[in-house]
Amino acid sequence: MRKSIISGIFFITGLLFIIIGFTNGERAVVLQKAIRICLECIGIG
Amino acid sequence: MVDLILKLKDNLRVIVQILFTVLTNGYVSGFRNGGIYQGSLKQICVPGLNCYSCPGALGSCPIGALQSVLADSNSRFPFYVIGFLFAFGAAFGRFVCGWLCPFGLFQDLLYKIPFYKKTKNLFGHKYLRYLKYIILFVFVLILPLIVVDIIGQGSPWFCKVICPSGTLMGGWTLTLLKPGLKENLGWLFTWKSFILILIIVLSILSYRPFCKYVCPLGAVYGCFNPVSFYRYNVDSKKCIQCKICQQTCPIEIPIYDKPNSLDCIRCGKCIKSCPHHAITMNKSIKE
Repeated sequence: MRKSIISGIFFITGLLFIIIGFTNGERAVVLQKAIRICLECIGIG
Repeated sequence: MVDLILKLKDNLRVIVQILFTVLTNGYVSGFRNGGIYQGSLKQICVPGLNCYSCPGALGSCPIGALQSVLADSNSRFPFYVIGFLFAFGAAFGRFVCGWLCPFGLFQDLLYKIPFYKKTKNLFGHKYLRYLKYIILFVFVLILPLIVVDIIGQGSPWFCKVICPSGTLMGGWTLTLLKPGLKENLGWLFTWKSFILILIIVLSILSYRPFCKYVCPLGAVYGCFNPVSFYRYNVDSKKCIQCKICQQTCPIEIPIYDKPNSLDCIRCGKCIKSCPHHAITMNKSIKE
């Protein structure tokens, strides 16, 4: 029961953090990076 | 028909892995044109280690996204990515590794290649398994924050110098599709290719070496294994500690003693192998 409560707290905290991240502009940072070929990731640097 | 259903049930995990890989890397135009998907779906993280520079990738890699936000010159706490990791970790733990990660699937397939002397774990496994936590802290969290250029912009250090998933799904694939990229390749590509080839060789010899020893995403999800909604339970009344679960486990985890080990990827082989059906899933939810 205690473990389920801990995971429940993390899950709800996670959802709240996602909502905060969606509204504070972080989503745009993720998108801007993801829609460009990551030269570091593919080994060009 | 019954045989087919039984066969599907026996191979359910591989089927789910393949379907999820295809689903999250379904941008066929990327493979056709040598480009990447640039639509709004890319703001959504996929749960596994799936490089967003893969031509087919429809979502973002959570580890790549985490480093991007940390490395951004307008430093901010990465609420969205941390929230994603919390939510998926709390729900599934390392079930993601065993069932949803494309690079995990890749290693599973490599381990099926016959070799005269296979081993489950590499020499030094007891200590090597902590390496992924060091990689998580140093390459994913600290370096992107503190090693910055003149305008305060950092780099995704794990993606840059280590990630073999990025090399395989992004580097090698894009270089094949866009021959013009080859002119720009240098020592970094050589180094990352070396790491990928090493992981490929080790994955034939040993079970999932990248997941066990290197993957920072697995390190994060593993921390949730003891408490996640999806977890294993051992019925002490049925368990006779015969250790068949440990012998069957591809990572040799003593499941009878540690059913929710940080290293367990929830492949389910222990559950199938237990002669007394002492290992179950999700019973804890009912507690």
